[in-house]
Amino acid sequence: MCRDCACGEPGPDPAAVPASAPRELTLHTALLQRNDAGAAALRQRFVAAGVTAVNLLSSPGSGKTALLEALAQRLDPTRLAVIVGDLATDNDARRLQAAGVQAVQITTGQACHLEAAMVAEGLHRLSHQGVALEPLELLVIENVGNLVCPGAYDLGESLRVVLLSTTEGEDKPLKYAPIFHGADLVLISKIDLAEAVGFDRAAAHAAIARVAPHAQVLEVSARSGAGLDGLIVALGLALPAVR
Amino acid sequence: MHELSLMEAVRDQALAAAHAEGAIRITVISLRVGELAGVEVEALRFAFPVAMAGTIAAGAELRIESEAAECHCPNCDAPFPAPHGCCDCPRCGAISRQLLCGRDLRLLSLEVV
Repeated sequence: MCRDCACGEPGPDPAAVPASAPRELTLHTALLQRNDAGAAALRQRFVAAGVTAVNLLSSPGSGKTALLEALAQRLDPTRLAVIVGDLATDNDARRLQAAGVQAVQITTGQACHLEAAMVAEGLHRLSHQGVALEPLELLVIENVGNLVCPGAYDLGESLRVVLLSTTEGEDKPLKYAPIFHGADLVLISKIDLAEAVGFDRAAAHAAIARVAPHAQVLEVSARSGAGLDGLIVALGLALPAVR
Repeated sequence: MHELSLMEAVRDQALAAAHAEGAIRITVISLRVGELAGVEVEALRFAFPVAMAGTIAAGAELRIESEAAECHCPNCDAPFPAPHGCCDCPRCGAISRQLLCGRDLRLLSLEVV
Protein backbone atom coordinates (compact mmCIF):
# COMPACT_ATOMS: atom_id res chain seq x y z
CA MET A 1 0.00 0.00 0.00
CA CYS A 2 1.03 3.55 -0.66
CA ARG A 3 2.63 4.78 2.56
CA ASP A 4 2.10 8.45 1.85
CA CYS A 5 -1.67 8.72 1.90
CA ALA A 6 -3.03 5.20 2.43
CA CYS A 7 -4.97 5.54 -0.85
CA GLY A 8 -4.83 1.86 -1.54
CA GLU A 9 -2.78 2.25 -4.70
CA PRO A 10 0.41 0.23 -4.83
CA GLY A 11 3.35 2.14 -3.40
CA PRO A 12 6.43 2.98 -5.41
CA ASP A 13 8.78 0.13 -6.08
CA PRO A 14 11.69 0.69 -3.65
CA ALA A 15 14.09 -0.40 -6.38
CA ALA A 16 12.75 2.40 -8.60
CA VAL A 17 13.66 5.11 -6.06
CA PRO A 18 17.06 6.47 -6.98
CA ALA A 19 19.65 5.51 -4.37
CA SER A 20 20.82 9.10 -4.25
CA ALA A 21 17.48 10.61 -3.13
CA PRO A 22 18.41 12.69 -0.10
CA ARG A 23 16.29 12.42 3.02
CA GLU A 24 16.25 14.51 6.14
CA LEU A 25 16.84 13.14 9.63
CA THR A 26 15.51 15.39 12.37
CA LEU A 27 17.63 15.09 15.52
CA HIS A 28 17.39 18.14 17.82
CA THR A 29 20.08 16.78 20.13
CA ALA A 30 22.18 18.94 22.44
CA LEU A 31 25.79 19.15 21.23
CA LEU A 32 27.06 18.92 24.77
CA GLN A 33 24.88 15.95 25.74
CA ARG A 34 27.83 13.80 26.74
CA ASN A 35 29.21 16.51 29.02
CA ASP A 36 25.72 17.26 30.34
CA ALA A 37 25.25 13.59 31.29
CA GLY A 38 28.63 13.59 33.06
CA ALA A 39 27.70 16.80 34.86
CA ALA A 40 24.38 15.34 36.00
CA ALA A 41 26.21 12.34 37.47
CA LEU A 42 28.65 14.65 39.28
CA ARG A 43 25.79 16.78 40.61
CA GLN A 44 24.17 13.66 42.08
CA ARG A 45 27.42 12.77 43.83
CA PHE A 46 27.84 16.29 45.23
CA VAL A 47 24.25 16.40 46.50
CA ALA A 48 24.50 12.92 48.03
CA ALA A 49 27.72 13.91 49.81
CA GLY A 50 26.23 17.21 51.00
CA VAL A 51 29.12 19.23 49.56
CA THR A 52 28.82 22.66 47.96
CA ALA A 53 30.54 22.46 44.58
CA VAL A 54 31.73 25.74 43.08
CA ASN A 55 32.81 26.27 39.48
CA LEU A 56 35.21 29.23 39.70
CA LEU A 57 35.74 31.10 36.44
CA SER A 58 37.73 34.13 35.36
CA SER A 59 40.36 35.35 32.97
CA PRO A 60 43.97 34.38 33.79
CA GLY A 61 45.51 36.39 36.58
CA SER A 62 42.37 37.81 38.17
CA GLY A 63 43.10 36.16 41.48
CA LYS A 64 41.28 32.82 41.68
CA THR A 65 44.09 30.99 43.47
CA ALA A 66 44.90 33.91 45.80
CA LEU A 67 41.25 34.07 46.80
CA LEU A 68 41.24 30.36 47.64
CA GLU A 69 44.44 30.75 49.66
CA ALA A 70 42.75 33.53 51.64
CA LEU A 71 39.60 31.45 52.17
CA ALA A 72 41.72 28.55 53.42
CA GLN A 73 42.98 30.77 56.24
CA ARG A 74 39.40 31.38 57.37
CA LEU A 75 37.90 27.92 56.92
CA ASP A 76 38.78 24.50 58.26
CA PRO A 77 41.16 23.37 55.48
CA THR A 78 40.28 19.71 56.09
CA ARG A 79 36.74 20.52 54.92
CA LEU A 80 37.89 22.26 51.73
CA ALA A 81 39.26 20.68 48.55
CA VAL A 82 40.20 22.16 45.19
CA ILE A 83 40.46 20.71 41.71
CA VAL A 84 42.47 23.20 39.68
CA GLY A 85 42.75 23.27 35.89
CA ASP A 86 45.54 24.83 33.86
CA LEU A 87 47.07 24.15 30.47
CA ALA A 88 50.37 23.26 32.10
CA THR A 89 52.30 23.16 35.42
CA ASP A 90 51.06 22.14 38.86
CA ASN A 91 52.02 25.52 40.34
CA ASP A 92 48.52 26.38 41.51
CA ALA A 93 47.95 23.02 43.23
CA ARG A 94 51.31 23.43 45.00
CA ARG A 95 50.37 26.94 46.14
CA LEU A 96 47.07 25.67 47.52
CA GLN A 97 48.71 22.68 49.20
CA ALA A 98 51.18 25.06 50.84
CA ALA A 99 48.16 26.93 52.21
CA GLY A 100 46.94 23.65 53.73
CA VAL A 101 44.31 22.92 51.08
CA GLN A 102 43.75 19.44 49.69
CA ALA A 103 44.27 20.07 46.00
CA VAL A 104 44.81 18.21 42.74
CA GLN A 105 45.95 19.71 39.46
CA ILE A 106 44.37 18.82 36.14
CA THR A 107 46.62 19.80 33.25
CA THR A 108 44.52 20.10 30.13
CA GLY A 109 47.29 20.35 27.53
CA GLN A 110 45.82 22.54 24.80
CA ALA A 111 42.22 22.37 26.08
CA CYS A 112 40.91 25.76 27.11
CA HIS A 113 38.33 24.60 29.65
CA LEU A 114 37.46 21.81 32.07
CA GLU A 115 34.84 19.22 31.16
CA ALA A 116 32.79 17.00 33.45
CA ALA A 117 34.96 13.96 32.69
CA MET A 118 38.08 15.86 33.83
CA VAL A 119 36.38 16.75 37.11
CA ALA A 120 35.46 13.08 37.62
CA GLU A 121 39.14 12.26 37.08
CA GLY A 122 40.08 14.97 39.61
CA LEU A 123 37.72 13.44 42.19
CA HIS A 124 39.28 10.05 41.55
CA ARG A 125 42.73 11.48 42.18
CA LEU A 126 41.55 13.27 45.33
CA SER A 127 40.22 9.94 46.62
CA HIS A 128 43.67 8.42 46.02
CA GLN A 129 45.04 11.16 48.28
CA GLY A 130 42.57 10.02 50.93
CA VAL A 131 40.12 12.88 50.30
CA ALA A 132 36.50 11.71 50.27
CA LEU A 133 33.63 14.03 49.34
CA GLU A 134 31.48 13.35 52.42
CA PRO A 135 33.58 15.18 55.05
CA LEU A 136 33.98 18.24 52.81
CA GLU A 137 31.92 21.39 53.09
CA LEU A 138 33.26 22.98 49.95
CA LEU A 139 34.74 21.64 46.73
CA VAL A 140 36.06 24.33 44.42
CA ILE A 141 36.70 23.57 40.77
CA GLU A 142 39.12 26.29 39.73
CA ASN A 143 38.61 26.38 35.99
CA VAL A 144 41.20 27.20 33.32
CA GLY A 145 41.69 30.97 33.15
CA ASN A 146 39.52 31.91 30.17
CA LEU A 147 36.40 34.07 29.91
CA VAL A 148 34.93 32.34 26.87
CA CYS A 149 35.03 28.56 26.56
CA PRO A 150 34.58 27.30 30.15
CA GLY A 151 31.17 28.97 30.31
CA ALA A 152 29.66 26.39 27.96
CA TYR A 153 30.51 23.38 30.14
CA ASP A 154 28.39 22.33 33.10
CA LEU A 155 30.59 20.65 35.71
CA GLY A 156 27.79 19.59 38.05
CA GLU A 157 28.39 22.60 40.28
CA SER A 158 25.78 24.01 42.63
CA LEU A 159 27.21 27.51 42.31
CA ARG A 160 28.92 29.20 39.39
CA VAL A 161 31.20 32.01 40.51
CA VAL A 162 32.80 34.46 38.04
CA LEU A 163 35.63 36.78 39.08
CA LEU A 164 36.24 40.21 37.64
CA SER A 165 39.35 41.92 38.96
CA THR A 166 39.58 45.69 39.28
CA THR A 167 42.69 45.70 37.08
CA GLU A 168 40.73 44.28 34.13
CA GLY A 169 38.41 47.25 33.70
CA GLU A 170 34.78 47.74 34.59
CA ASP A 171 33.39 46.97 31.11
CA LYS A 172 34.72 43.39 30.99
CA PRO A 173 31.25 41.91 31.69
CA LEU A 174 29.85 43.63 28.58
CA LYS A 175 32.72 42.27 26.47
CA TYR A 176 32.30 38.69 27.71
CA ALA A 177 28.57 38.56 28.37
CA PRO A 178 27.93 34.80 27.91
CA ILE A 179 30.12 33.71 30.80
CA PHE A 180 28.77 36.40 33.12
CA HIS A 181 25.23 35.49 32.13
CA GLY A 182 25.66 32.04 33.64
CA ALA A 183 26.99 33.34 36.98
CA ASP A 184 25.20 32.84 40.29
CA LEU A 185 27.74 35.01 42.05
CA VAL A 186 30.09 37.65 40.58
CA LEU A 187 33.09 38.67 42.67
CA ILE A 188 34.89 41.93 42.01
CA SER A 189 38.35 40.90 43.15
CA LYS A 190 41.42 42.97 44.09
CA ILE A 191 39.06 45.63 45.40
CA ASP A 192 41.98 46.98 47.49
CA LEU A 193 43.46 48.20 44.18
CA ALA A 194 40.29 49.93 43.00
CA GLU A 195 41.41 53.43 43.80
CA ALA A 196 44.98 52.95 42.56
CA VAL A 197 43.81 51.78 39.12
CA GLY A 198 40.91 54.23 38.85
CA PHE A 199 38.30 51.48 38.87
CA ASP A 200 34.76 52.88 38.50
CA ARG A 201 32.74 50.72 40.92
CA ALA A 202 29.33 52.08 39.90
CA ALA A 203 30.05 51.41 36.22
CA ALA A 204 31.19 47.88 37.06
CA HIS A 205 28.05 47.11 39.06
CA ALA A 206 25.89 48.56 36.26
CA ALA A 207 27.69 46.44 33.64
CA ILE A 208 27.29 43.27 35.73
CA ALA A 209 23.58 43.99 36.30
CA ARG A 210 22.99 44.19 32.54
CA VAL A 211 24.58 40.86 31.62
CA ALA A 212 24.26 38.90 34.87
CA PRO A 213 20.88 39.99 36.21
CA HIS A 214 20.48 36.88 38.41
CA ALA A 215 23.85 37.15 40.08
CA GLN A 216 24.67 38.28 43.56
CA VAL A 217 27.66 40.66 43.44
CA LEU A 218 30.35 41.01 46.12
CA GLU A 219 33.54 43.06 46.31
CA VAL A 220 36.45 41.11 47.77
CA SER A 221 40.17 41.34 48.37
CA ALA A 222 42.35 38.33 49.08
CA ARG A 223 45.10 40.64 50.29
CA SER A 224 43.16 42.86 52.71
CA GLY A 225 40.50 40.27 53.56
CA ALA A 226 37.72 42.69 52.60
CA GLY A 227 34.45 40.97 51.76
CA LEU A 228 35.66 37.46 52.58
CA ASP A 229 33.17 36.95 55.42
CA GLY A 230 30.39 37.94 53.02
CA LEU A 231 31.74 35.46 50.49
CA ILE A 232 31.77 32.65 53.07
CA VAL A 233 28.12 33.41 53.87
CA ALA A 234 27.25 33.57 50.15
CA LEU A 235 28.79 30.11 49.73
CA GLY A 236 26.40 28.86 52.42
CA LEU A 237 29.21 28.11 54.87
CA ALA A 238 29.43 28.93 58.56
CA LEU A 239 31.73 31.78 59.56
CA PRO A 240 34.55 30.71 61.86
CA ALA A 241 33.70 31.49 65.48
CA VAL A 242 37.23 32.45 66.48
CA ARG A 243 39.96 34.09 64.45
CA MET B 1 38.98 27.62 21.07
CA HIS B 2 36.72 24.69 22.00
CA GLU B 3 34.99 24.69 18.62
CA LEU B 4 37.00 21.73 17.31
CA SER B 5 35.93 19.52 20.22
CA LEU B 6 32.33 20.72 19.72
CA MET B 7 32.60 19.80 16.05
CA GLU B 8 33.89 16.37 17.02
CA ALA B 9 30.75 15.94 19.13
CA VAL B 10 28.68 16.97 16.09
CA ARG B 11 30.53 14.39 14.00
CA ASP B 12 30.02 11.57 16.52
CA GLN B 13 26.29 12.30 16.91
CA ALA B 14 25.79 12.71 13.16
CA LEU B 15 27.64 9.51 12.27
CA ALA B 16 25.70 7.52 14.88
CA ALA B 17 22.36 8.83 13.60
CA ALA B 18 23.29 8.26 9.95
CA HIS B 19 24.52 4.75 10.70
CA ALA B 20 21.28 3.93 12.56
CA GLU B 21 19.35 5.00 9.44
CA GLY B 22 21.53 2.99 7.10
CA ALA B 23 22.72 6.11 5.28
CA ILE B 24 25.81 5.90 3.11
CA ARG B 25 26.61 9.60 3.02
CA ILE B 26 25.79 12.77 4.96
CA THR B 27 25.29 15.72 2.63
CA VAL B 28 24.08 18.47 5.00
CA ILE B 29 24.52 19.03 8.74
CA SER B 30 22.34 21.71 10.36
CA LEU B 31 23.13 23.27 13.72
CA ARG B 32 21.57 25.93 15.90
CA VAL B 33 24.00 28.19 17.76
CA GLY B 34 22.81 30.67 20.36
CA GLU B 35 24.32 34.13 20.56
CA LEU B 36 25.11 33.48 24.24
CA ALA B 37 26.38 29.92 23.78
CA GLY B 38 29.98 31.11 23.94
CA VAL B 39 30.76 29.74 20.49
CA GLU B 40 32.42 31.49 17.58
CA VAL B 41 30.61 30.56 14.36
CA GLU B 42 33.63 31.23 12.13
CA ALA B 43 35.72 28.89 14.29
CA LEU B 44 33.02 26.23 13.96
CA ARG B 45 33.12 26.59 10.18
CA PHE B 46 36.90 26.32 10.25
CA ALA B 47 36.76 23.16 12.37
CA PHE B 48 34.02 21.50 10.30
CA PRO B 49 36.06 20.01 7.41
CA VAL B 50 38.82 19.01 9.81
CA ALA B 51 36.43 17.07 12.04
CA MET B 52 34.55 15.46 9.14
CA ALA B 53 37.59 14.39 7.08
CA GLY B 54 37.74 10.67 6.34
CA THR B 55 34.10 10.03 7.33
CA ILE B 56 30.85 9.70 5.35
CA ALA B 57 30.29 13.38 6.21
CA ALA B 58 33.41 14.56 4.36
CA GLY B 59 32.41 17.24 1.87
CA ALA B 60 29.04 17.83 3.57
CA GLU B 61 27.53 21.30 3.75
CA LEU B 62 27.37 22.96 7.17
CA ARG B 63 24.25 25.06 7.83
CA ILE B 64 24.18 27.19 10.95
CA GLU B 65 21.00 28.77 12.20
CA SER B 66 21.83 31.45 14.72
CA GLU B 67 19.58 32.02 17.70
CA ALA B 68 19.40 35.61 18.89
CA ALA B 69 19.24 36.32 22.61
CA GLU B 70 15.82 37.38 23.84
CA CYS B 71 14.56 38.32 27.31
CA HIS B 72 11.11 38.83 28.79
CA CYS B 73 10.43 42.23 30.36
CA PRO B 74 8.36 41.91 33.55
CA ASN B 75 7.18 45.55 33.34
CA CYS B 76 6.09 45.54 29.71
CA ASP B 77 5.10 41.85 29.90
CA ALA B 78 6.66 41.40 26.47
CA PRO B 79 9.80 39.93 24.98
CA PHE B 80 12.69 42.08 23.76
CA PRO B 81 15.92 41.35 21.89
CA ALA B 82 18.99 41.25 24.12
CA PRO B 83 21.90 41.87 21.73
CA HIS B 84 25.29 40.92 23.21
CA GLY B 85 23.50 39.53 26.26
CA CYS B 86 22.48 42.94 27.62
CA CYS B 87 19.24 42.29 29.49
CA ASP B 88 17.95 45.85 29.89
CA CYS B 89 14.61 46.43 28.20
CA PRO B 90 14.87 48.98 25.37
CA ARG B 91 11.31 50.24 26.13
CA CYS B 92 11.41 50.85 29.89
CA GLY B 93 15.02 50.19 30.93
CA ALA B 94 14.12 47.47 33.45
CA ILE B 95 16.65 44.67 33.76
CA SER B 96 15.14 41.30 32.96
CA ARG B 97 16.08 38.13 34.83
CA GLN B 98 14.29 35.94 32.34
CA LEU B 99 16.30 34.87 29.31
CA LEU B 100 13.93 33.30 26.81
CA CYS B 101 16.51 32.00 24.35
CA GLY B 102 20.05 32.50 23.11
CA ARG B 103 22.06 29.75 24.80
CA ASP B 104 21.12 26.83 22.56
CA LEU B 105 23.78 24.60 21.01
CA ARG B 106 22.03 21.88 19.07
CA LEU B 107 22.34 19.45 16.19
CA LEU B 108 19.05 20.08 14.38
CA SER B 109 19.05 17.70 11.43
CA LEU B 110 20.98 15.88 8.76
CA GLU B 111 20.43 15.32 5.08
CA VAL B 112 21.60 11.87 4.12
CA VAL B 113 21.55 9.56 1.14
